[in-house]
Amino acid sequence: MATSIETGNPLGPSGNLRRRQAVDRFMRGSATAAAVLAVAVLVIVVYSVAVQGGSQLSISFLTKAPPLVGLPGGGIAPEIVGTVLIVALATAFALPLGVLIAIFLSEFSSRATAYPIRLALDLLNGLPSIVIGVFAYGLIVYGGPNLGWAGSFALAIIMIPLIARSTLEVLRLVPQAQRDAAHALGISTWRTTLGIVLPACLSGILTGTVLAVARAAGETAPLLLTTGIFNPQVTSFNIFGVGLPNIPIEIFTESEASAPADHARAWGAALVLMAMILIANLGARAMLARSRRKMFR
Amino acid sequence: MPSIGVGAPLAGHRGRADRIGDTALFTLTVIASLTVIAAIVAIAYKVVSGAEPSISHFGIGFLGRDVWTPNFDIYGAAAFIYGTAVTSVMALALAMPIGIAIGLFLSLLAPRRLAAVLGPLVELLAAIPSVVLGLWGIIVLAPFLRDTLEPALNSVLGWIPIFGAPSPTGLGIFTAGVVLTIMVVPIVASISRELFQSVPGELKDGALALGTTRWEMVRGVVLASTRPGLAATAILGLSRALGEAIAVTQVIGGGSQSVINSNFFANGDTLASRIATQFPGTTKLQTASLFYLAAILLVIGLLVNLVAQLILRRGTLNRGGVR
Repeated sequence: MATSIETGNPLGPSGNLRRRQAVDRFMRGSATAAAVLAVAVLVIVVYSVAVQGGSQLSISFLTKAPPLVGLPGGGIAPEIVGTVLIVALATAFALPLGVLIAIFLSEFSSRATAYPIRLALDLLNGLPSIVIGVFAYGLIVYGGPNLGWAGSFALAIIMIPLIARSTLEVLRLVPQAQRDAAHALGISTWRTTLGIVLPACLSGILTGTVLAVARAAGETAPLLLTTGIFNPQVTSFNIFGVGLPNIPIEIFTESEASAPADHARAWGAALVLMAMILIANLGARAMLARSRRKMFR
Repeated sequence: MPSIGVGAPLAGHRGRADRIGDTALFTLTVIASLTVIAAIVAIAYKVVSGAEPSISHFGIGFLGRDVWTPNFDIYGAAAFIYGTAVTSVMALALAMPIGIAIGLFLSLLAPRRLAAVLGPLVELLAAIPSVVLGLWGIIVLAPFLRDTLEPALNSVLGWIPIFGAPSPTGLGIFTAGVVLTIMVVPIVASISRELFQSVPGELKDGALALGTTRWEMVRGVVLASTRPGLAATAILGLSRALGEAIAVTQVIGGGSQSVINSNFFANGDTLASRIATQFPGTTKLQTASLFYLAAILLVIGLLVNLVAQLILRRGTLNRGGVR
């Protein structure tokens, strides 16, 4: 190909075709360049966080509380505990609901009943997360102090459509023949669903849940309005009490602060958060690839 | 048919438990599904009712007034609607071509192995929490833009008012647009990649057999047949950009600005970022006005997503019909 384009080759392209091939090469080059650009941005962001955050990371960063604003040193232990608690409660709320919705859509619904539910899921998924935060504030916090579980509530609303959608996808992968076989044996629908269909896609549901958890752990806007006011120095396990410290808000407030020590801690916290999310993501993807292979074998 | 007569008595001892079980599971799933619809209704109700004092005080004129002075309790949303529109449109204008190009590269150009590695990497870009991207935006991206791109654009295109004096901090509407672009690109890339992969191979081969170059095939077959899907993708990307609060808040340098400034490099605020910086406000009217901003965002978000879903459904229905 490449050699035939050289000038003077009587069999090579000329005139119009040469122009068309030049356009083609240019467009292919641009597409490749765009992909390189996207990966470069990912690398630059991850590199910045890894280098700046890595210099902060130590055992004491993970086990100590942050000092007063502007002072160096300290860690983000209360924030790690808070984030884990908030996300865990949100998952406990969203996982059963999401799975039940997916079961309805795949096992019980007709075309007419599935449509509004699916549309509602898509709309909920598309809502700006800060609007969900404003809603949780108006419903739970308004007129009172910030509450840890209000943050969980807001995160759960974000997670439900994600879990429902990914569960629905794996439920659809279970061959209809398995359900038919169970029915032919006289097994009732609920036993078939809970005993045969759900276990077959357990790993898929787990994958979807991990991805939803990864997404929720990084959500900041809903937490800002519901559990954004807290004492960053105090480790609290009481999720039903006043606002819980959490990593996203800590990064947010310290990134807005002016002291270099605050920025340094923000980088460290960002590294911890990113590591949690990227590991969860990669793990979930590997799990998904594996369970897909197993299902199609 | 006659087996029903035999089966019914046999099923008898288990029939009751099964009936209860079936009914219970069915009821539970129905309740869970209705919760989703109830959630949307509740969100709409709560946000609008929270905004009620401001709606009745300022009326619809709230949307057109670019003033936000808590000291005098006078509020309007025009500057934030402007900021939201400019940052989102800029993000979309940059992210659509880049994202589509990545989708084309991954689905048509890249060797299969490379695409298998690169595809998830691009999607990982979407997994970076917005607050981390915002932190990176403040400390790495903003100074870079201030020192390189903004002066360059200003010196070449400075006669257009939108490319005014570079911002002294690097924070501003332009920087917010760039950060939003980074957030929207992976969405466009991954959806368009799936769209392009769904184009039947025979169509592509047919075009190539007619002697088109790869690009002519892409333009004439791949892009042409996925146009409705790409439109929906653009709208989904737009909805992501419209609603992003935290990363924008971090890099737009807002908080004080409440009038429309034509210079892209100047500070500004979007609907979402103003809610994030000032919520819950100090006076009752300010709280209600922030709810009002959220209500505007909610209406825009619902409309945009509804349109995207309608286009997507029609697109898939059409394609199903052809096959």
